[in-house]
Amino acid sequence: MNALAARRRHPAAIAILLFLGLALVGTAYSLLAPKSAQAAVSTADDVALGKQLFLANCATCHGLNAEGTKSGPTLMGVGAASVDFQMGTGRMPLAGPNVQAPRIDKVKYTEEEIAAIAAYVASLAPGPAIPEGKETTGEGGNVALGGEIYRVNCAMCHNFAGSGGALTRGKYAPSLYGVEGKYIYEAMLTGPQSMPVFNDTNLTPEAKASVIAYLKMTQSEPNVGGMNLGNLGPVSEGMFIWIFGLLLMIACAFWLGQKAA
Amino acid sequence: MSTTASARTAADLRADDAKVTSATGSKAGAAAIWVDERTGIAKGAAYMMKKVFPDHWSFMLGEVAMYSMIICLLTGVFLSFWFVPSAGQIPYNGSYVPLQGVIMSEAYSSTLGISFDVRGGLLIRQIHHWAALMFCVAITVHMLRVFLTGAFRKPRELNWVIGSILSMLAIVEGFAGYSLPDDLLSGTGIRAAEGFIRSIPLVGSYISYLLFGGTFPGEAIIPRLYSVHVLLLPAVLIGLFTAHIVLVMVHKHTQFPGPGRTNENVVGFPLMPVYTAKAGGFFFMVFGVLALISALVTINPIWAYGPYDPSPVTAGSQPDWYMGFADGALRLLPGFLEFELFGFTWSMNVFLGAVALIPLMYTAAGVYPWIEAWVTGDKREHHLLDRPRNAPTRTAIGMAAFSFYVVLMFAAGNDIMAIRLQLSINDVTNLFRLLVFVVPVIVFWVTRRICLSLQRHDREKVLHGRESGTIVRTAEGKFFERHEDLDEFDRYKLVAFESPAPLALPSATDLNGVSSKDAKKARRRVAWSNFFFKTRVEPVTPAELAAAHHHGEHEAIPGGSGHAAIKHDKHPH
Amino acid sequence: MSDQVTPTSGSASGAGTVSLDEGHHVGTGGLPAVFENPGLPPHVHRAADDDPKAAKRAERQVAVLFTLSILGTLGFIVSYFAIDRTTSVFLPFVGLTNLLNVMLGVTLGISLLGIGFGAVHWAKTLMSDEEVVEERHAIRSSDESRDKVVAALADGAESAQLARRPLIKATAGAALGLFAIPLGVQLAGSMGNPTKALEELKQTIWDVKAGGKPIRLVRDPELTPIKASDVTIGSVFHVMPETLKELREHNVKAGHSEWHGVLEAKAKAAVLLMRLNPSEFKDDALGRKARDWGFQGIVAYSKICTHVGCPVGLYEQQTHHLLCPCHQSTFDVTRDCEVIFGPAKRPLPQLKITVDDEGYLVAPQGFAEPVGPSYWERLK
Repeated sequence: MNALAARRRHPAAIAILLFLGLALVGTAYSLLAPKSAQAAVSTADDVALGKQLFLANCATCHGLNAEGTKSGPTLMGVGAASVDFQMGTGRMPLAGPNVQAPRIDKVKYTEEEIAAIAAYVASLAPGPAIPEGKETTGEGGNVALGGEIYRVNCAMCHNFAGSGGALTRGKYAPSLYGVEGKYIYEAMLTGPQSMPVFNDTNLTPEAKASVIAYLKMTQSEPNVGGMNLGNLGPVSEGMFIWIFGLLLMIACAFWLGQKAA
Repeated sequence: MSTTASARTAADLRADDAKVTSATGSKAGAAAIWVDERTGIAKGAAYMMKKVFPDHWSFMLGEVAMYSMIICLLTGVFLSFWFVPSAGQIPYNGSYVPLQGVIMSEAYSSTLGISFDVRGGLLIRQIHHWAALMFCVAITVHMLRVFLTGAFRKPRELNWVIGSILSMLAIVEGFAGYSLPDDLLSGTGIRAAEGFIRSIPLVGSYISYLLFGGTFPGEAIIPRLYSVHVLLLPAVLIGLFTAHIVLVMVHKHTQFPGPGRTNENVVGFPLMPVYTAKAGGFFFMVFGVLALISALVTINPIWAYGPYDPSPVTAGSQPDWYMGFADGALRLLPGFLEFELFGFTWSMNVFLGAVALIPLMYTAAGVYPWIEAWVTGDKREHHLLDRPRNAPTRTAIGMAAFSFYVVLMFAAGNDIMAIRLQLSINDVTNLFRLLVFVVPVIVFWVTRRICLSLQRHDREKVLHGRESGTIVRTAEGKFFERHEDLDEFDRYKLVAFESPAPLALPSATDLNGVSSKDAKKARRRVAWSNFFFKTRVEPVTPAELAAAHHHGEHEAIPGGSGHAAIKHDKHPH
Repeated sequence: MSDQVTPTSGSASGAGTVSLDEGHHVGTGGLPAVFENPGLPPHVHRAADDDPKAAKRAERQVAVLFTLSILGTLGFIVSYFAIDRTTSVFLPFVGLTNLLNVMLGVTLGISLLGIGFGAVHWAKTLMSDEEVVEERHAIRSSDESRDKVVAALADGAESAQLARRPLIKATAGAALGLFAIPLGVQLAGSMGNPTKALEELKQTIWDVKAGGKPIRLVRDPELTPIKASDVTIGSVFHVMPETLKELREHNVKAGHSEWHGVLEAKAKAAVLLMRLNPSEFKDDALGRKARDWGFQGIVAYSKICTHVGCPVGLYEQQTHHLLCPCHQSTFDVTRDCEVIFGPAKRPLPQLKITVDDEGYLVAPQGFAEPVGPSYWERLK
């Protein structure tokens, strides 16, 4: 029991708790959240509402007509998918200047508001629409093929398990834990921030579905070997053995050398 | 319970036990006689059983290494029953669903088999890998212990060298084993290793071709690494390890100075029965701890990495921690170290960190006993250890060298640090490029200061006793804390050390007679001796203690005068 | 320092060993120069030495630990046979994990720790804790023994007539010096054929045979050809040559394993394809070369790092930097993949590309230089 209690303070424990929490929240959310109603069908009302919201919340950085300013890129042609991804994952609107917009789990806007802004941005110039259908949930994907595609196209930045990784000058590829399939799909489709675009001719919808299916499967499976130490590879394993392994061994050796009372 | 019983001593209690004084008469005795008549082992066995081992927790670090190695050997045999050392490509059809149908090497497929289809296979694999990491950790701290206590001095220099070689081979053995599953991460490691080999001037390309049996990766490297991992290196490791242990027996274990402990004896507990129980029990403790860790903490989840393929790669590609320092060096070495000269490519950016660093580092460690012996001119046998504080310069050198190693090791995690601490990887790398030069210097300086002040603290304690916590008010209204004198046993622990003075330069008249080369050598040695011993603290002498007591009778020691001068005659009157 | 009194002065003792407690006595009022070793402190009895109750308690504790070990062993056996391999269990701090692995490891751990703690506790509480003193002796042999060895060697040399038979001495020395060569030759000679090393290090399956057709770029791992129009700005494609497919087909036809030589080919042929806005290339010699070897802003570079060969796959589509995940070498695509950070020296080799009549991207020729890590004869 001592070993377990000692591990409570391990940095990975926080990561694991966080992950469990996220997974729990994610599951609860997917069960409780109302199913989004026909987001693709956008009416003129939507566009008008979207424009209003856009002017109030986005125009400072992206320009009054989404033409872009010094502080934000143009949104011409980014499509509804891009808006849905950036706002749906809480990345936009950006709280302050940063090398990269971080994912924020507490999204400030309702699905309807995001859909309206997306409709407005989509009305400015053609771009990828918000993906629908079973591909975004990974349904019908081939897990093994998805794994191969993931390793070739994604693992070099997001790490073998989707734990994320460092890019240059403070930028990073974010963790993929607990990210909804739709957003993973949209990220591939639109190439947000540093991420390159994986359009449908590069990775077909079936290929994308396979990647999502692979991620879902590997993230939901148990850690067969025990605590995964954040799935960061040998660095966390080395830290663990140096801190906890050595500590336990020295504790044993110390007890062994102590004179009995 | 009668009162007479409770008054009996341990010796009385043991006296009740039937005592076997002769080998004849029992069944075990008969067997022993049978063996002795054919081997003559009784004489040696009697001697061995009486052998004495001193107790100190830090003396068990080497045993952690030894036991981890034995556990690796044991679990390794198990693994070899299921592992297929082949790079032949086959489709996977085991029970791990996300990889079913994927083309992979037989090595990877069989490692998945061990992890998922062999009952308890995953546990054995995890024990094997955790024990390997523990082995390298224990070797490192054991080496540090031996260095910092001066246990490498005559007559143990050879054993220090053997230990250094063992430590280096452990790294190679670990790397070979880590590479065998042929997963994406370890395959990337072999990929990099091929790059390292290529960087060797003149022969690199050919050596790479020989080892890999052609172009990278080829199908030869996995079975060859397997031979190296399960046959060649274990044989060498066991051979050297046996020599290591035999030499420990021959030299008898070192001990810390203390009451009753001299350079001519060893004080502790005999092998039979105390150390048989303690050391034997400790094996089970080490094994048990590793089993628990392996039950609860994943190591090297090869199934998540996927099979090796030269095209993909994972973020955060790192080797196991013991290769970290070399990988860190590679990350820090700047690109301009590669240049073209005489029509050839000199990849010093790779060669220095990946090929040259390891043997250079271990050579430096291996020759240190001779360097120190040359500086001190000390040719005596040393069986009493130095407390690290009592050899400040050596301790500082050891810690500085270790800090250099640690900085390089941490540099191998620059990307993980960048993402976990939300820093720029470029800044982290540049910082490490600076730290690798600055940290050892700072650590050297700080360690020496700490050692010296600890020594002064020891002097203070010997001269003025330990703080009792009792505050006394004098008739004049002054307050002071009463100090209690140490008893002679505690005191001896703090005064039993040497503090050699630096060598003095031979006088000019002496130098007249010797060649200028010898004079230069003498001057160099004096300079080094000064570097080692110029600043030093001497142990308290009985005369000093007597003087302190004399002062103490007249003057209360003001409370809070914890900072004592080195010289007792500076004491305030 | 007042007096340079060192605590040891007995270094002249015959055996070359010295003892801290053999200090000599100097003036100062009859006090020794160093503290004398007070000898072993008086032995303090443990509870179990004096109190039979405590001894009995210690005995019970040891027995409990050994019993725990037996229970652990039984638990392991039961777990091994009773627990389904796929059953999962939720553990705090660990998460969802495999029940069999946990149970086997924990029971094994208990079984081992029970013995370990039991034995050590036994030793600590009940076995004698009177410290034993064993004398040391100088490690060196006596002068007599040394002389005997020298004499034996001299006798041996004399008897073997080493000095008088120079011919034997020379030939025996030579034979012993040379006998390992055949083994070395066999090993080195049969490990691999290095005669083609320099040639093969340069070759990739992008190399187009004289008069041969340009090679199509195909997606990795699907191996489907890529149209220039598929590659939108900001895209990145992981690419292999179409010849890889041919290699596999050829293998099957020839009756080899389909995968024979495939990884070796991939290890040198992996390519990354990116599309930039043509105006984003730097307007200098390097930037122009990069653009000119590409097609409408689509450029292809070897994915194998010029440092030690890891795949450089991390493409940042906004900065156009490529980062290697192994040692963080960073390459600037807008300047022909020049190194802008990290330990690599050389830029990634560019693959010249264009399109064929069907609009598919093709490479009309192989790489102009060897791909991958540097080696001694790279310029040859």
